[in-house]
Amino acid sequence: MRLFRNPNQTRATFTRRAALLGAAELGGFALLAGRLYQVQVLQGRHFALLARGNRVTSRLVAPVRGQITDRFAVTLAGNRQNWRALLMVEETANAAATLDRFEQILPLAPDERARLNRAIARHQRFIPVLIKDFLDWDQMAAIEANAPDLPGIIVDVGWTRLYPLGPSLAHQVGYVAPPNQKEVAANPLLALPGIRVGRAGIEQFHETTLRGRPGDLQLEVSPVGRVVRELSRQDGIPGPDITLTLDAALQQSVITHLADKSASAVVMDCTNGEVLAMASNPSFDPALFDSGVSEAQWHAWVTDPRTPLVNKPCAGLYAPGSTFKPAVALAALEAGTLTPSDVITCPGYYDVGNTRFHCWKKGGHGPLTLHGGIAQSCDVFFYETARRAGMDAIAALAHRMGLGVGLPIEQPDALPGLIPTPQWRRRHGHRWNVGDTVVAGIGQGYIQITPLALATYAARIASGRAVQPHLTRAIGGSLQPGATARDWPALPTPEAYLKQVRAGMWAVVNDPTGTAPLARLTLPGVQMAGKTGSAQVRRVSRWVREHTNFNSADLPWKYRPHALFIAFAPYDAPRYALSVVIEHGNEGPEAAAPVARAIMTDTLLRDPANRPSALIAANGPT
Amino acid sequence: MSEARRLIIRAPTGLPGKFLSINWLFVLLLCVLAGCGYIALYSAGLGPDKYANRQAMRFAAGLILMLGLALTDLDLIRRAAWFLYGFALFLLILVARFGHVGKGAQRWLEIGPLQVQPSELMKIALVVALAAWFSRADWDRVGKPLFLIPPILAILAPVLLILKEPNLGTAVITFVVGASVLLAAGVRLWLFGLGAIAAAAAAPIAYAHLHAYQRNRILTFLHPERDPLGTGYNILQSRIALGSGGLWGEGFMHGTQGILAYLPERQTDFIFTMWAEQFGFIGGAALLLLLLTVVAATFAIAFTCRNQFGRLLALGIAVNFSLYVFVNIAMVMGAIPVGGVPLPLISHGGSALLTVMFGFGLLMSVHVHRHDPMDASFP
Repeated sequence: MRLFRNPNQTRATFTRRAALLGAAELGGFALLAGRLYQVQVLQGRHFALLARGNRVTSRLVAPVRGQITDRFAVTLAGNRQNWRALLMVEETANAAATLDRFEQILPLAPDERARLNRAIARHQRFIPVLIKDFLDWDQMAAIEANAPDLPGIIVDVGWTRLYPLGPSLAHQVGYVAPPNQKEVAANPLLALPGIRVGRAGIEQFHETTLRGRPGDLQLEVSPVGRVVRELSRQDGIPGPDITLTLDAALQQSVITHLADKSASAVVMDCTNGEVLAMASNPSFDPALFDSGVSEAQWHAWVTDPRTPLVNKPCAGLYAPGSTFKPAVALAALEAGTLTPSDVITCPGYYDVGNTRFHCWKKGGHGPLTLHGGIAQSCDVFFYETARRAGMDAIAALAHRMGLGVGLPIEQPDALPGLIPTPQWRRRHGHRWNVGDTVVAGIGQGYIQITPLALATYAARIASGRAVQPHLTRAIGGSLQPGATARDWPALPTPEAYLKQVRAGMWAVVNDPTGTAPLARLTLPGVQMAGKTGSAQVRRVSRWVREHTNFNSADLPWKYRPHALFIAFAPYDAPRYALSVVIEHGNEGPEAAAPVARAIMTDTLLRDPANRPSALIAANGPT
Repeated sequence: MSEARRLIIRAPTGLPGKFLSINWLFVLLLCVLAGCGYIALYSAGLGPDKYANRQAMRFAAGLILMLGLALTDLDLIRRAAWFLYGFALFLLILVARFGHVGKGAQRWLEIGPLQVQPSELMKIALVVALAAWFSRADWDRVGKPLFLIPPILAILAPVLLILKEPNLGTAVITFVVGASVLLAAGVRLWLFGLGAIAAAAAAPIAYAHLHAYQRNRILTFLHPERDPLGTGYNILQSRIALGSGGLWGEGFMHGTQGILAYLPERQTDFIFTMWAEQFGFIGGAALLLLLLTVVAATFAIAFTCRNQFGRLLALGIAVNFSLYVFVNIAMVMGAIPVGGVPLPLISHGGSALLTVMFGFGLLMSVHVHRHDPMDASFP
C-alpha cells in the first residue's frame, strides 16, 4: 500500500529545483574564481606595490655635523658621541604609560616630563622624541634590560657639539642650539633628535654647509610598528669639515695678552686677508647654549659692562682716533693737496671760524712734515690736512681701505661701521661744517669703525693690496679662493704714497720722537710699524682742558677714552697686520701699544702664515 | 524504476555493512581539505603549535562524530529532528539572554571550556526539521498554505534571534538555507515571488533598524578606501595580500602581509587570504575547486537518495556548506560586506568545525540509508 500518493511528482520537482540551486551555486563559484583572477592576477601588480608600502617604513638619519678646525687641524668645533634614549611615538600605543615606566627606571626632572609631553604632541609621529641624553653605561644597561616593558623606546647614539677651546673662540666659531619652532615648521628635518642649528659665528654662517644631508633607513615593520629588520641603510652625508684661517694657538696667546680687559684684537695675514687671530674679550662658554643657558647666567652676561656676548672685533664700533690719520694723509696725498715735503706748523691749537681745536700736546709740535706729523701724531697737522683734502676725498679713500664699508667676513653679526660724508649728513637733515671735516681728520666725530676694519686697513696699507678679511680657508679639504696674494688686486693708491705713510708709521714705533716707543719689538732684525689712537667717549670741554689739571685716567672707567693701536710687521716685508682696541684703556700709547707689541712678537715667532698648514699637508691643494 | 529492481538494491543492514557503505571517497575529500586547513593555519600561526595542531585534533574529533552519525538510522534522525530544533532554539534564546559578548555581538555560549555558537547548530537543526516536516507531505499537501505556516515560523524564529545577536551574515545564510529546502520540497513558486516582493518592501525598514556597525559594513563594502585604517582596513589589507600573491603566490611561509600580521583575523575569517597570498591564484583556484567538489558530492548524494527526507537533508547541508564558502571567500575578496563567517574545514575554530562535521555526519547517514523507503511508511 502506498500512502504517498504521487512520489514521482515530488521527486521530479526536487530534482528540477535542486539542479537549479546547484547551477546557481556553480555560477557563484565561477564568479568567485573570476573575482580571484581579477584581484590576484589582473590587479596583482597594483596590490603588490601596496603590500610593499605596507611593510616598509623609512626613517630619517640625522647627519653628522661637519667639524670646524683651525688652519693646523686643531679642532675648534667637534662632535662627541652621545648615547641617548629616544621615544618612537608611532611605535608605542600609549606614550604616557611608556614614559611612566621609563621614569621608574630613570627618573626625569619634573619640568622634563612637561617638555616631553609638548614635544610628543607637537612633532610628527614618525620623528623620534629625545627623552634623555648623555646616558652612561649603567643607565643604558638599565634601559636595555627593561626593553620589553618600554615599547617605542630605543637607545641610539647621536652626536653632540664639542668646543675644546671653549670661550677663546666662542664668538668667532659660534655655537649651536636646538632649532626653534619656526625653523622646525619650515624644515621638518630639524625636528630630528640631536639636530642643532648654528646660532652665531661660523656655525651660523656656514650652517647649511655644516649640516650635511640626512640619511634614510628603510625598515621592515610589523603593523604595530615593531622593526622586523633593516632593509637598507643610507647613511647621512656628513657636513664637510671647515678649515678656518685662524691659528688656535695664536688666538689663545692673544687672549692671554688681553687679560681681563674689555678688549679685542685682530691679527691678519696682510698679503691675503686671512684672519689668524680674532679675539673678543671677555668671552663666554659656547657649550652652555646647547644645554640651555640659566637665567642667572644670562643676566650676568647682559649686565656685565664689559659686554661678553658682543663679538667686539666685528660688531664693536669705535671712533678710530689717531689711527685714522694715515688714511687722512693718503687722501690728501692722492688729492694732491699735500706733498711729503709740505710743512705745517703746530702752535697747539687750530682755529676754524671762531671754534678752536686743540692739539693733544699743549704748546704744540712746531713745524712738521708728513713723516713727523704721523710719527708724533700731531692733531693740528691732520686738522689742516683733512681740511685741505675735503671730507669726500677722505671718505672715498677710507672706504677703499676697508673702513666704514661692509666687509665680507663670515660673521653674521658683523657691522660695517661708518665714515661720515657731507651727503650722509644732509640725508639726515644737517649741514656739514668744515669743523666736522677737521674733527674727522683725527678720527673723531661721527666716525665709527670695527677693530676688524682697522686690521684690514693696516693690512692694506702694508701690502698695497685690496685684501678682504676672511676666516674660511677650506671647505671639505678644498682650498677656497683668496688664500694667496695673487687672488687680491693691488690698491689704486700709488705705492709711493703708501711708502710715505708706512715710513711715518715706522717712526711712530721706532723713531725717538714717535708716540709708541712701547710698541718697539725686541726681536733682532724685525721692526714693526704702527699707529696709536685714543678715542674719546665723552667730549672734554675747553674750560676743563684749560683750567684744570685734566687727566683722563682720573675719569670713571666707562668715561675713559678707548685705547687703539694698528700695526704691521716686518716693516721691510710686511706679512702680519693687527689691530688692538682696549675699551676705556685711556691712552693708546700706554695701554694698547705694549699689548700690540706682545701680540706681534708672538705672531712673528709662531709665523703661522709660513708654517705648512694641515690642509696642504693632508689633502694637497685642490 | 521497477518494484523488483528497488527490492534488489537493498539498503545495507548491520553495522559492518553500513560502515562499509560509507562514502569513503567523500571522507578522503574532507581529509584533504582539512590538510589544506592545516597548512594555512601553520602559516597563520608561524608554526604548528598556535593553531594548526589544535585544529587537527578538533578535526579528528569531528571525524569520529561524523562516522558515528553515519551509522545512525536515518529514521531515528528524522524522529529526533524537532527535539534537535527545539534544543538549538533553546540555546539561541539562552545566548540572547546570557551569551558572551565578543566583538560587539552576543554569539557565544560558554559551557565549561567549550565555546558554543548556537547559530551554527541551528542551521543544521533547521535543515533537519524542515526535511522532516516535508518528508511527510506529498505534492498536493505542500501546495496548501496552512501546511506551510509551521515551517515558515520555524525559519523566521531563529533568523530573527540571530539577527538580534547581531549576526547579519549567519542570519541571511540561515534564511537562504531554509528557503532552499522549501523550494526543493515543492513549495509553489508564486509564494517565493510574493516573499521576494515583501522582502523588497521591507528592506528600507530593515536598513533603518540595522546596527550602526552593520550599516557601516555595507558602506565600507561599497567604498573600502573610505576609511583605510578603520572598517575598510580588513578588506583593503586582504585585497593587498591577495594581490601580492599574484598568479603563483609568494610561496609557503613567504606571504609577507599574512606573516607580518597586517592581515586581521588571519586564522579565522581571512584564512583564505593567507592561503591565496602564499599559493597565488593557482592555489586559490585549486582550493575553490576542492570545495566545489565537496558541494557537488553532497548534491550527488541528494540526487541518489530515494527518500524525500534524505534528499531534502542532503540538499540543505549542501546549500549551507556552499553558502558558507561563498560568503567567506566573496567577503575576503571584497565582493560582499564583511561578516563573521568562517571558511568551513579551513578556518580555526571548534564550534564551526564541529557543526560542519555534524552536518556531514547526517549527510553520510543519508548516503548510507539512501535506499531506505522511509516515505512509504507515511501513515
